[in-house]
Amino acid sequence: MSKKLRWRGLLVLIVIAIALIYLTPSISKTLPPWWPNVLPEEKIHLGLDLKGGMHLVLEVQAQKAVETHLERTVEDIKYSLRKAKIRYRELKRSGPDRIGLTLLRDEDRKAVEGMVANSFADLAVESGSFAEREPELELVLSQKAQQHTKRMAVDQAVETIKNRIDQFGVAEPDIRPQGRDRILVQLPGIKDPKRAIDLIGKTALLEFKLVDEDNSLEEALRGNIPPGDEVLYQIKGESGSQKKIPFLVKKRAVLTGEYLTDARVQIDSRYNEPYVSLSFDSRGARLFERITGENIKKRLAIVLDDVVNSAPVIQDRITGGRAQITGRFTMEEARDLAIVLRAGALPAPVKIIEERTVGPSLGRDSIDKGLKSMIIGGLIVILFMAVYYRFAGILADLALFLNIIFIAAGLALFSATLTLPGIAGIILIIGMAIDANVLVFERIREELRLGKTPRAAVDGGYSKALVTILDANITTLIAALVLFQFGTGPVKGFAVTLSIGIVASLFTAVFITRLIFDYLIIERGMKKISI
Amino acid sequence: MEFIKPNINIDFIGRRKVAHLVSGALIVLSVLFLLFRGGPNYGVDFAGGILIQIRFTQPVTPDGIREALKPIALEDSIIQEFGEKGKFEYLIRLNRTDVELSGLSGKVEKSLDGMFGEDNVEVRRVEMVGPKIGKDLRQKALLAIFYALLLMVIYISGRFEYKWTMSIIMAACLAFGVYIISALGMSIIWLIVVAVLITIGLCWFLRLEYALGAIIALFHDVCITLGAFALTNREVTLPVVAALLTIVGYSLNDTIVVFDRIRENYRRTQSRNFAKVINQSINETLSRTLLTSATTLTVVICLFILGGGVIHDFAFALSVGIVVGTYSSIYVASPILLIWERPSWEGGAARIKRRGKGS
Repeated sequence: MSKKLRWRGLLVLIVIAIALIYLTPSISKTLPPWWPNVLPEEKIHLGLDLKGGMHLVLEVQAQKAVETHLERTVEDIKYSLRKAKIRYRELKRSGPDRIGLTLLRDEDRKAVEGMVANSFADLAVESGSFAEREPELELVLSQKAQQHTKRMAVDQAVETIKNRIDQFGVAEPDIRPQGRDRILVQLPGIKDPKRAIDLIGKTALLEFKLVDEDNSLEEALRGNIPPGDEVLYQIKGESGSQKKIPFLVKKRAVLTGEYLTDARVQIDSRYNEPYVSLSFDSRGARLFERITGENIKKRLAIVLDDVVNSAPVIQDRITGGRAQITGRFTMEEARDLAIVLRAGALPAPVKIIEERTVGPSLGRDSIDKGLKSMIIGGLIVILFMAVYYRFAGILADLALFLNIIFIAAGLALFSATLTLPGIAGIILIIGMAIDANVLVFERIREELRLGKTPRAAVDGGYSKALVTILDANITTLIAALVLFQFGTGPVKGFAVTLSIGIVASLFTAVFITRLIFDYLIIERGMKKISI
Repeated sequence: MEFIKPNINIDFIGRRKVAHLVSGALIVLSVLFLLFRGGPNYGVDFAGGILIQIRFTQPVTPDGIREALKPIALEDSIIQEFGEKGKFEYLIRLNRTDVELSGLSGKVEKSLDGMFGEDNVEVRRVEMVGPKIGKDLRQKALLAIFYALLLMVIYISGRFEYKWTMSIIMAACLAFGVYIISALGMSIIWLIVVAVLITIGLCWFLRLEYALGAIIALFHDVCITLGAFALTNREVTLPVVAALLTIVGYSLNDTIVVFDRIRENYRRTQSRNFAKVINQSINETLSRTLLTSATTLTVVICLFILGGGVIHDFAFALSVGIVVGTYSSIYVASPILLIWERPSWEGGAARIKRRGKGS
C-alpha cells in the first residue's frame, strides 16, 4: 500500500477511535472501573428542555439593599449622636441614597461633620436649606458604597439561594450571578416547580415588632399613622374567603431572623398540626429575654415578609431563646418555611423575570419525537443516496453515519449541551452533509462523461468541488457562530451541533470518502466507478 | 440514476422577468401581511408574557379553563388546543407584561388544580419572560441577524471578487453608518433596514455584483419566510430566529455553488455573452441544487411532521426557507449579475489567470 494512503487511513482510524472513546460513557450503562482513571467519563449533557427542569432568571432589587443599609446606618448614627450628646429634631432616611438630619443648634454642625468623617466614611455631608436655627443636613451615601452594597446583595442572595436549594434537595443545581443584578438558577429534573419558586422567591425576612397599643388603630387606618409606626396585616383563611386583619406596630424591629441558629418543624401534640420552632443564638436570646421582660402583657407581632404571622400577648419573660411560628401549615409548607428561615433572609427582595419550566414527561416526549424524526429522515436520505448513486451513495451513507458519531462525540468532548433545537440541528446536518457528497459525485459524473479514467475523474471531481464545498460550508458556519454568540440556552445548543456537524461533515464527506475511492482505485485497481 | 439529464438546458435567464414579477409580488404580499398584522407576531420570548402548556387527563373545554382562570383575572388569555387531538393538551398564553408575571405560573397551576383536581392537571411547560428580558432577547436577536448579514457580505465580496479591500471599506462604512444610527437612538429594527439599504447601495456603488446578488436573495428569502409566518399566524420566537439565520446560511450556500460555477465557466469560455454563461452554469448545477434541497427538505419535513409541537414552528421556518432559498439562488441571485452587462471583474479574471490556475 502506498505510504500516503496508509497515513491517511491511520488518521481516519485514530479519529474514529477517539470519537468512540468519548462516546462510550454516554452509551454504555456501566464503565469498567479503570475507565475514569485514564479515559474521559463525561457524558453528553442534556439541556433542560430535554431532561425536564426549571430555568429562572431573578432580578435582585438591589436598591432595596441600599435602603436597608441606610436604615441600619440611621440607627448607628442615633447611637453616636446620643453618645456625643448632640440633640436633633429629626433623623431618618430621606431618599434612596440619603439620610436627612435636622439639628437643633447650628453649633453642632461641625461636630456632626467630624463624627461622620470619622465613623461613617461612606457618607458625605451636604447642607440642605441654610437656617440660623435647626439646620438641615443631608448625609449622602457615596456611589462606591452603593455599588458595593448592591454587589454584596447579589452575592449574598446567590449564597442564600444555594443554601435553600441544597436543603430542598436538587441534583446538580446551577446557581450563579449574571450581569449586574441578575441571578441565573437552573434546576434540572425538578418535580414540583411551584414549590421551588416559593422557596427561591421568598425574601424570608423574619422580624419581631411590638404592637403599638397606645395609639388608635382606627385612626391609623384612616391615614393618621403615628410617626415610627406602620400598619401590617395578618391574612387568615383560604384564598377566596381571605380576611385581612390590620395591626398597628412599631416600625423598628426589636429582633430579626439574623439571630436565628436553627428552625425546625415540630408537631403540635394537641392539634396534630406542624409548626416551626426557632432557636436564637446567645445574643438573640438575651435580646428576646430583655424585650419580653420589658413588655409583659403587651403583644409582640411575628412578621414574615411584612405579613403578620401572629401577635401573641407576652405572658412572661422568655428565657432560653426559643420561639415558634404557628399557623395552619401543611407539612410541606412548614418544612419549606423552616428551610428558608435556616438559610437566612435574602438581603433584598428578588423578582422572577424569566421562567422556563419543562416537565419531565414533555422532555421525554421531545427526545422520543426528535429521535424518531431523525431516524426516519435519515433512513429516507440513506435509501435515496444508495439508489441514486449506488456504490458511491453507500459510501456517502457511511460518511453520514460517521458524521453523526462525530457530532455526538464532539458534544461530549466540548461538554456541550444537547437541546431540542440541537437535535433539530443534527437532523438538518443529515440533509446538509449529503450536499458535499452530491457536489463531488456530480462533478465525478461530469468528468466521467468527458471520458476520463476513474482515477482522473475522482481526482478532478474532488479537487474542483472542494473550493465550492469550503465556501458553502463557511457561510453556514458564520451563521452558526453568530448564533452561538448571541443565542441563549436551546438556541446555543443548535449553534453548537450545527458547527460541529459542519466541521465533521467536511472530514467525513470529503476526506474519508476520498480515501476509500483512492484505496479502491489505486490498490484494488477498480476499473469502473459505480456512481 | 439521474433525474436531471446532463445536457439539460432550461432558459432560466430568459424567463427572469416572470421570476422577478413573482418574487416582487411575493415580497409585496409578505410586507402587506406583516403590516396588516402589525409587524411580526412576536412570541413570548420577544413580546414578554407567559405561555403555559397543560395536559389534562379528561376532556376539558377552553371555556372551562377560562372559568378556572377567572379568580386570578386571566380570563382574557388566549387558550388553544395544542399537539395531537384527543390528548387534551392546551396552551394558555398571555402576551402582555402589564400584569405581575413573577409567580404567575404557580397561581395558574393552583387555580386549575382547584377546578379540575390536582391529579388531572399536568403542567408540562412554562415560559415566562418579563418585559426586560423580552427587550434583551429582541435586541440580541436583531443584532445576531445584523452581524450575520454583515459577516456574510464581507465574506462573499472578499472571497468572490478578490476585493478584500473593497469589502473592508464596505464593512467600515457599514459600521460607521450603524454607529451614527445608534448614536441617534433609533430602534434596532430601523438599524437593520438602514444597514441593508447601506449594504445594497454600497454594493451597487462599488460594483460588488456577487455580494449584491447574494444579499438581495437573502433579503428575499427572509422576507418571504416572515410573510409565510404572518400568513399562517405563527409566532416569531427565539428558535425561529435561529431558523431564519440558518436559512440565510443555507440559501447563501446554494447561491455560492451557482456563483462558483459562473465564475469558472466565464473564465474558461471567455464568452462575451454573459447571460448565456449564467444560464449554462445554472443548468450545470441544477442537478446538485435540486438533489441537496430535496434531501434537506425531506429531513426537515420529517421533523415538521414527527418532531412534536415544541419544534413545529422551527421546522416550518426551515421548510419554507429551503424552498424559497433554492428558488432564489436560481431565479434571483444569478440574474442580478446581469445588471451590469459585463462582469466588473473581467480585469480581475485576467489577473487571476496570470497567477496561474489556482483552483
